[in-house]
Amino acid sequence: MPEKSDLPQGTLDLLILKVVALGPVHGYAIAQRLEQVSRGVVQVPQGSLYPALHRLENRGLLAADWEETESGREAKFYRLTRKGRTQLETEAASWQRLIEAIGLVLKMSEGGAK
Amino acid sequence: MTWWQRLWHRTRMEEQLEKELRFHLDQHASELIAQGQAPNEARRQARLALGGPEQVKEKCRDARGTRWLEDLLQDTRYALRTFRQKPGFTAIALLLLALGIGATTVMFAVVNSVLLRPLSYPESDRLVTLRVFTEQIGELWGFSNLDFGDAKGQSLTLALAAWTYGGGTISEPGEPEYVNGRQISAELFSTLRISPVKGRAFRPDEDRPGAAPVAIISYGLWQRDFGGEPSAIGKSLVYDGKPYIVVGIAPAGFQLDGEADVFTPLELRQNTDPRMQNRRARFLRVMGRLQPGFGLAEGRAELALIARNLAKEYPESNTGLGMIAYPLQKELVGDIGSTLWLLLCAVGLVLLIACVNIASLLLARAASRERELAMRVALGAGRSRLARQCLSESAILGLGGGGLGVVLAFVSIHPFVAFWPGSLPRAEEVHLDWRVLVFAVGASLLSGLLFGLAPALRVPVRGVEQMLRASARSIAGSSRRLHSAFVISEIALAVVLLVSAGMLGQTLLALSSLDPGFNVHDVMAARFALSPATLGNPEQVREAWQDVLDRARRVPGVDSVTLADIIPMREGENSLPYWTTATPPPTNHEPVALASCVSPDYLKVMGIPLRQGRFFNEHDRIGSEPVVVIDDNLAQHAFGTKDAVGKRIWIPAMSPSPILIVGIVGHVRHWGLAADDQSRVRDQMYYPFAQVPSPLLHFFSSVMSIAARTTIPPLKVVEPLGQQLRGAAGDQVLYEIRTMEQLVNASLARQRFLLLLFGIFAGLALLLACIGIYGVLAYLTGQRVPEFGVRMALGASARDVMRLVLRQSLGMIFAGVGVGIFAALAAGRLLVHLVEGMRPTEPSTFAIMIPILVAAALFASFLPARRAGRIDPMRALRQE
Repeated sequence: MPEKSDLPQGTLDLLILKVVALGPVHGYAIAQRLEQVSRGVVQVPQGSLYPALHRLENRGLLAADWEETESGREAKFYRLTRKGRTQLETEAASWQRLIEAIGLVLKMSEGGAK
Repeated sequence: MTWWQRLWHRTRMEEQLEKELRFHLDQHASELIAQGQAPNEARRQARLALGGPEQVKEKCRDARGTRWLEDLLQDTRYALRTFRQKPGFTAIALLLLALGIGATTVMFAVVNSVLLRPLSYPESDRLVTLRVFTEQIGELWGFSNLDFGDAKGQSLTLALAAWTYGGGTISEPGEPEYVNGRQISAELFSTLRISPVKGRAFRPDEDRPGAAPVAIISYGLWQRDFGGEPSAIGKSLVYDGKPYIVVGIAPAGFQLDGEADVFTPLELRQNTDPRMQNRRARFLRVMGRLQPGFGLAEGRAELALIARNLAKEYPESNTGLGMIAYPLQKELVGDIGSTLWLLLCAVGLVLLIACVNIASLLLARAASRERELAMRVALGAGRSRLARQCLSESAILGLGGGGLGVVLAFVSIHPFVAFWPGSLPRAEEVHLDWRVLVFAVGASLLSGLLFGLAPALRVPVRGVEQMLRASARSIAGSSRRLHSAFVISEIALAVVLLVSAGMLGQTLLALSSLDPGFNVHDVMAARFALSPATLGNPEQVREAWQDVLDRARRVPGVDSVTLADIIPMREGENSLPYWTTATPPPTNHEPVALASCVSPDYLKVMGIPLRQGRFFNEHDRIGSEPVVVIDDNLAQHAFGTKDAVGKRIWIPAMSPSPILIVGIVGHVRHWGLAADDQSRVRDQMYYPFAQVPSPLLHFFSSVMSIAARTTIPPLKVVEPLGQQLRGAAGDQVLYEIRTMEQLVNASLARQRFLLLLFGIFAGLALLLACIGIYGVLAYLTGQRVPEFGVRMALGASARDVMRLVLRQSLGMIFAGVGVGIFAALAAGRLLVHLVEGMRPTEPSTFAIMIPILVAAALFASFLPARRAGRIDPMRALRQE
């Protein structure tokens, strides 16, 4: 079993927004998708998933409707609002910049620092 | 959804949350089952992965953002439930708070209305009142008419207006009635920026000599004599024997130093009133409004300049005479401010004691709830959450008590103001407004915080396990110390109030035993106005007054009668400069004496002792040699000896030549039993009414009073006296009827009133402190029952156990008394500073008051001690 790392602070919201952006989806599916996509490397604490969803809904980044699943049960499906999409874009961009910057720093040759 | 919608749909949201999480668990479990897990195991793993549905739910609720409000509602419901379970405790706490906050609110409402709220005139902060002052006698309220005219003409920073006292009989319309009046300058209404409710104010030319006689009447008189008809404007009014045309109705409640019913233009009487042209006759009250762009400092600087110029121009009257302006509000309120703040402080102390009391009750309860709280910590409640709950409990208690207190204040404020001795300035404006309500709510919350803090801070954090395991007998030492601290502070506060009340009591006793300088028993005094019809030539006036005296003397029960322009301890005075050498001292540096104009029987009526020489007799009349009688203070000051009969004294206001002193009498405490020692004018002289120069007779006739010594209770002669003196036209009336006993009592009214309130507060404080001691000891003793059981099982007697309890309480009592003595000494200084005639704290006050407190406190501790002594050791030990 590969070693699992905790999510960096503040990235859970970003990941949720990204997953939901692909189409309306319920909480369990979000958890599943996150686990699959990150190939089990990222430990998604299920306990923090729902509070995060509710928080995002509260801030108007997500909207939710009760719909039937394929198995015929009612589930709460989340979808991205326009505000959520903007938020996702800005956050993804800034995340990208951060990664690049950190990558640059890490790629520095030992002597280059002088 | 907005936050209130979320709040509103709370139940539905809870259901949806539950449903969402169940879906997640089911989904996870069914997937695990599909992977081959046993159903039970699958569900268990799903739950583990989610991490406890209840915790997740809590976090989701937090994410909703309405958490604080939901908690508040929950806390409120919880608190109300606890209160319902303990109705006795709740009732006592509410009652204590309602009393404390009610009393504090009433006092604050008075302070707010009298001291803090601006006057009801527009831009009242720009209104000022003017005074003159000399180095010798300090400040005087009076301006001379000519000085006023000059200041008004020259000032650029101030718009000035003036008025003076007056009064007379209204003989038409209606029954003859004596009313107070004010003569006002034409611009007074516009300076104050008020307008009559009907009609108009005076026109600028209407206070000039020769203008048509017009009058503005009070709202009350309009209702009384004109039935409130608008047609009153233009009607005629016969006032003080002269016809006036009513041109305006003053707004209801309009006052110039007391109520008046008729306002007439100032200079209408110029021809008859010689004071108008005399720069030494300072009888006008002057007020002003700062002109736009100028401040008080500029106004004062300009007034000083004007006064200096006047002194140069009229050295014989104005040398050394300064002029100064004060904010009008300060002037109107006078020295009542210190009394009000004093009472607010005292009432605040009572509230504080009530809070400490409730705090100790709450703390005792919190200690017995320790296990409950520990249990809730174990179940996952956060410390701040529990502290918040404790605080919201006490806040609710505070607000409940505060609400009751406001109701109490609402009911009692008007009786309280009516009960105020003398007249409380601006009393008619006292009511509860939003500021008072804010104060009451603030005081309630603050009280709640104050008594809720101690229990809240005791919410357990560590050692929850031990606490749950421990039995009820273990009690933390910190709790005992906190309880002792409460009792000590309660007792200290009670000491402050008791000693203050004791000081006031001793002062009052000492003051009442002072010799007023005259015989206060069986004397009545009343103001009296001659019929305007008799005020023709001076001879007629003199005869009319003689007739009044003769008629009064014949009334059954009247022993002797006198006329006097001023009466001891009543409002009204006349201070005149005098000197004793041929060369006068510099202008306005002369010594000043209180001058009374009286008839020969004055000494007999008042019972003032004659020290030397003689008093006046019927030979001292107009045309004979002018004479005066002085009191022993003046004799001592002016001549350095009590033997001054036959010497002469210069009193320029009476005569240009020196006047013969024919007698010396005892000093009278004219300014009141308490205030006389501190007054600036302590010399006194008397001159015969019969020698008042003829031109001044008309004026003197308007200020004379009648005093009579009686052989029956003095108020019984009022009715027949009034009948006798009605006069031919039936328009002569007695008014402001007082006995001298009433006047003497009234002169101590402030001290007596303070004593009464402080007495009530001190009693309340004592009672509260005793309840506090009882409560705390009962609680502490209850906690120690098993310990006492062990002690008794080991051979301690009931008496030993009682001694143990009493020693504990004595420790607290003496610590409290010790702290209290220091606080009381400080409070005593404050009292001496604020209350006139107050004597400094004496050891005897402590010697009387502290044993009372200790005895009461010991009595309160005796009950718990006796209960401790009656413990059955076997039962106590079995309790474990």
